[in-house]
Parts: sequence; structure tokens; C-alpha cells
Amino acid sequence: MIIAQRKPLEEIKEMVASYEKVLVLGCGTCVAVCFAGGEKEAKLLASELRMARQMEGKSTQIIDHTIQRQCEWEFIDPIKELVASVDAVVSTACGIGVQGMAERFEDKPIFPGVNTTFLGMPVQPGEFVERCQACGDCILDLTGGVCPVARCAKSLMNGPCGGSQNGKCEVNPETPCAWQLIYDRLAKLGQLERMMEIMPAKNWSTSRDGGLRKIIREDLKL
Amino acid sequence: MSGDNGKELVVGSKLERLLKAGHFVVTGELGPPQNADRSVIEKKAGYLRDAVDAVNITDNQTAVVRMCSMAVAKMLIDLGIEPIMQMTCRDRNRIAIQSDLLGAYALGVRNLLCLTGDHQSFGNHPQAKNVHDLDSITLIQMVRQMRDAKKFQCGEEIKGQEPRFFIGGAINPFADPFDFRPFRLAKKVKAGVEFVQSQLIFNVPKFREYMKRCGDLGLLDKVYILAGVGPIKSLAAARYMATSVPGMDVPQEYIDRMANAVKGIPQEDKKARREAWEREGIKICAEIIQQVKEIPGVAGVHIMAIEWESAVPEIVKEAGLLPRPKLEA
Repeated sequence: MIIAQRKPLEEIKEMVASYEKVLVLGCGTCVAVCFAGGEKEAKLLASELRMARQMEGKSTQIIDHTIQRQCEWEFIDPIKELVASVDAVVSTACGIGVQGMAERFEDKPIFPGVNTTFLGMPVQPGEFVERCQACGDCILDLTGGVCPVARCAKSLMNGPCGGSQNGKCEVNPETPCAWQLIYDRLAKLGQLERMMEIMPAKNWSTSRDGGLRKIIREDLKL
Repeated sequence: MSGDNGKELVVGSKLERLLKAGHFVVTGELGPPQNADRSVIEKKAGYLRDAVDAVNITDNQTAVVRMCSMAVAKMLIDLGIEPIMQMTCRDRNRIAIQSDLLGAYALGVRNLLCLTGDHQSFGNHPQAKNVHDLDSITLIQMVRQMRDAKKFQCGEEIKGQEPRFFIGGAINPFADPFDFRPFRLAKKVKAGVEFVQSQLIFNVPKFREYMKRCGDLGLLDKVYILAGVGPIKSLAAARYMATSVPGMDVPQEYIDRMANAVKGIPQEDKKARREAWEREGIKICAEIIQQVKEIPGVAGVHIMAIEWESAVPEIVKEAGLLPRPKLEA
């Protein structure tokens, strides 16, 4: 899922300082599961903003609402009137949701309430870790199901580098070395010979480097 | 073109000729300054000139901004010293690297050391974006392809003079997983590396085991291995390397020797303590050189005394490796 982190209250308060009536709009999918911007977090942020503005003697017209997904028109369109009734929106969706809202409501200021951080999973309660970088050319079949693009600090295709020590990455001693994980996993699968194959220079054109990515599916078009 | 003992020369650099003639080679390392002062290079070059056969020019080592390795390599050529230009994948993509290689060859550089590069979080611009378009192994492949197939990385032909480098890489026998390290060298050999320099060696038995395993894989005839050595400057430096430098293995024995080196010298006499440490550090380094020299497959040593280049002549002398061989131009 997409993992995000709430922005500090001060930063959000500053963004909406000049607006009277503000909607805090939660998103009920990824950011709800990672406890950054779902219904509960949107309510909490709205109430924090109200209190902070009250102490400063400013307008406390902060309302909140949550939709299932801010990344699909079918969920965004039904709140047209609600959005029209406020001066600005703080979206606690990921960057996709914020942009979806901005695109649909052209004349309304939409502010990000979270920092969209990575594609990952909660490995244990309260601990979220990156797993994928959406490079557009998956090689997990070759690396024992462990991604070196996302999980190696240098995205090495032919690791581990000389900084792998006791299974950890030199960049952060708490981070497992991705190539040690790949090595261990391939050993368990009886596929260590894969480590001997040179992976060619990666084609990054399918990644962000190639420009905005787009998929056309004729079979799904109306 | 062939060398002194008939081995074919592909580039003809001094380093290649000495290795192929069977000399026990000594390379050094010069860390460019964090400024634009040419005289720093001239001063450091003075220490290294007659003590080593070729000199590595680091490429913004530990991700700290320094004078660029190509410019410094050219200065060394002008000073009559053979450079080994280092090239990392951290700061340049394949377009920039190939462009630099064309330029470096045109300026007379003939040895290239291909590295992944230290992560920028260790340097003075931790907020920088890193590149890592290639890694050390795909870099080696690219340099080899440019030379032997006269092709750019994309496959397009290089029309006219191709850049021809004697291709080097790095090995770290002390990193993990230890069992994989000889295989990683085998991958570099397969990619086209012709010589490698190792991480600093203090744990000689472990390095000996690594070399044995490389021998078992049949690598010793395929690549020239230079053992990396360097002087410890103080007790604090020994402790720091032992505990805080990833991929470094410093046995307790050397820490004890550095501690004993200043026994009886009062704490206040900082100068005497420093000199005692430096003497012991140089002595240990020379001893390690003599030990690694006896290991089958070690073709030379690479002395890393960054920011202490002045120690190199003494180390080489104490190790019995002077004078350095001369080659006819």
C-alpha cells in the first residue's frame, strides 16, 4: 500500500491560515490503513486545527469528511457541493488524492495534510517499511522475491557492495542489506547460482526517469 | 604490442606493463583537496613520485566534494606520475561517465578504477540525489565494451578513437557474506576487470583464506590482485577503524601494539606520543606488506595513506620495495 505520514500541525496551520472555512478531507484506503489520513486521523486533525485557531482568535470553521478513495472520480464527484461550501481543503490522502482533488476542483485551493512516503507494508504493528519503487520492470523473479531497487540504498543490480556487514547496510545499521536478504533467500530456494549471473545495466526508461508514465487499456475503455 | 615477458598488452599503461612483466607492483593513493589549489596536488605527488608505480585519484571519496579526479589525473601526468583514475556510479549516469571516459583518454589517462561509490549520507551533502544508474559491475562491462567492441553502452559504434583503459575494480574480502566475496570477484572478472585493489587488510589470515578461495575458483591467473594496506596513525584511529568503519576488520593485536607504542611517554608530551604512534603504524603497515607478499596470487600492494601521503616513502622503504622498477618509455 501507499504509506504516508501526517504533516506537522504547524505546517498545515500555516497553509490554511488565510482561509475562513476549511474542509479536512480524509481518504479511506491506503492512508487509513497506515493511520496517517483516514477518517479517524481527519477528525483528529480537524479538531487540532480548531483548537489551535481558537487559541489564536481565528475562525474555527473547520469541518471534516472522509471518502473511500480520493484517487477515483466516482468517489470525488459526489462531494462537489461540500467542497463548494468551503474556502480551502486539506486533503489527508496521498499525493495522488491531493492531485485528484485539485484537478476536479480547479478553483479551490487543495493542501496536502500528509507526506506521501513510500510503497510498503507494516512489517509489525507500528513499523512500516518500503518494499517497491514502481520501477516499471519487475525483477523479483531473479532476486528471490526481494527488491534491490527499493531496498538497496544504491539500487545495486549486482550486490552486495563492500558495505554489507553482519547482514546490515552501512548506510543504516538497522536496515538489513537487501543483497544479503537476496543471498539468503536464494540459498533457501536452492538457487544460489543466480548470484553468479551478471544482471545487465537496468533500463530505467520504464521508471520515473522516462517521464510521466501512462497505461492505456483498450479493453477497459468505454 | 607485448610486454617484457611476452604477455600481450592491451593498453600499454605502466601499471599494465609492470604487472604483466611480473613485477610486484606498488600503487598509492592521492586524495584531491576540498578546494581549487593545484599546489596541494604537487606537494602530495612529491611524496609518491619515487615510492609507487601508479597513483589512484579518488573520486569524491566518502561523498565529500573534492577536486575532480580527471583534472587531478591530468596534473599527475604532467608531473610524470601515472594516474589510476577512480570513477564511481554515485554522481554520474551512463551518459556522463562515457563522456568523461572519452575526455580522460584524450588527456592521456590509461588506468581506470571502477567503483560503486560511497553513499552520499557519509559525506558533506547528505541531501544530494544519488544516481547509481550503473553499478560497479555494469560499469566495468561498459568500459570493456567501449574498449574491445568499440561500442557505447547503448550499442552504437564509436566512430574514431575508442577510449582504452586498463580496467580496475575493488574487492572487500572482509565484507559479508564472506562466502560470496570470491564469487563476486569472479563476476567482476567475467564483466572484464583486469586488476583489483582490496579494502585495507589488517586481518591477514582472513585475507589468506579469501585468496585461497579465489585460487580454487581459478581467478588468480585471470586478474591481478593488489592487496590494500595502510598505516594506522594513532590508537584512536585503530579503535575507530576496528569499531566504526563498515567492512574493516582490525584484530586486537594491532590495537594493543598501538597502545603499547606510547607506554612510558607522558600524556602531556603530545609530539612524542604522536611520533611513536606514527612509527608503530608505519612498522605494522610494512609488516603486513611483507606478509601479504608471500600469499600466492598477490601481484602487488595498494597503499592507502589518504591525508598522510608523506608516510608512503617510508612504508615502501621499510617493506623492502625500493627502488621501484623503471620502464623505458
